[in-house]
Amino acid sequence: MMRRLALAVGVAVALVGCKHQQPTLYQWENYQPQVYQYFKGESPEAQIAVLEKDLQKISAEGRMPPPGYHAHLGLLYSVTNRPQQMAAEFEAEKKLFPESAAYMDFLLKNTKKAVQ
Amino acid sequence: MKLAACLLPALFFVGCAHQGQPYDYTAFKAAQPKSILVLPPLNNSPEVKATYGMLSQLSYPLAEAGYYVLPVAAVDETFKQNGLANAADIHNVSTRKLHEIFGADAALYVTVTKYGSVYTVLNSEVVVAAEARLVDLRTGTVLWDGKASASSAEQNNNSGGGLIGALVAAAVKQIIHTSTDASYPIAGVASGRLMSAGGSNGILYGPRSANYGKP
Repeated sequence: MMRRLALAVGVAVALVGCKHQQPTLYQWENYQPQVYQYFKGESPEAQIAVLEKDLQKISAEGRMPPPGYHAHLGLLYSVTNRPQQMAAEFEAEKKLFPESAAYMDFLLKNTKKAVQ
Repeated sequence: MKLAACLLPALFFVGCAHQGQPYDYTAFKAAQPKSILVLPPLNNSPEVKATYGMLSQLSYPLAEAGYYVLPVAAVDETFKQNGLANAADIHNVSTRKLHEIFGADAALYVTVTKYGSVYTVLNSEVVVAAEARLVDLRTGTVLWDGKASASSAEQNNNSGGGLIGALVAAAVKQIIHTSTDASYPIAGVASGRLMSAGGSNGILYGPRSANYGKP
């Protein structure tokens, strides 16, 4: 009886413990440190490699990258002169976060102008 | 001794005044912003890394509070392409113009007041402090303002649990590993304190949070 009670309490505590730790809305991985790398002028190729690898991990776990993640990748593809991949990332940001539509359209329009 | 007797009630009053005043969220609640444009922070500290150190730490608390946060590096590039290379110039752009280009509901104006090492006789600590103002880009109304700070000296357990506690623990770990840029993780803690929702006098939760609409 006593042992059963202890077990029940143990499970309850474990459950409460789990509930207390709220999951984050997004899986961040290295987004913010990579943004910092960008501002410090570090290699965009190295940042693309990290962010693409993290993105695979995020989708494998069925989670969502944070706001700005795809758009930042788009920026990195833009500075390394890959307009198609850039456009795909801006579109991905728009699809995931419709709030970004106005700015993503602005970026798509501007870069199109620059390419022509 | 007499001086101490005078100071004590004064301290008591200051302590009370701070707690008694609840924040007025009327404008914030009416505006219901969904997206936030974080402008490059103004830097009033002598450390040149402050603006971008702080800017790259602000997305996390705002997005986790339930807002869409515009991509900070792309936004900075857009300003640069339009001839705005420093934070002071950017902070002077009209809200109407910002809304037109970025389509965001609100903008966050941050000023970094402290960023870097403070040396005392026995020790040195890394301190980051900042103030912020959230402004509705559709009307120009100030929705919220606040300030926060963080220090590497608070590595004990008194930082509390939850998100901030985790941030402090992570920051201290990071400092041990990267002593060259110790202010950056501390900026993350300051940013978390400044912009997390749900605390007293903090910002309200945004529409992407399960706590949206709750006090």
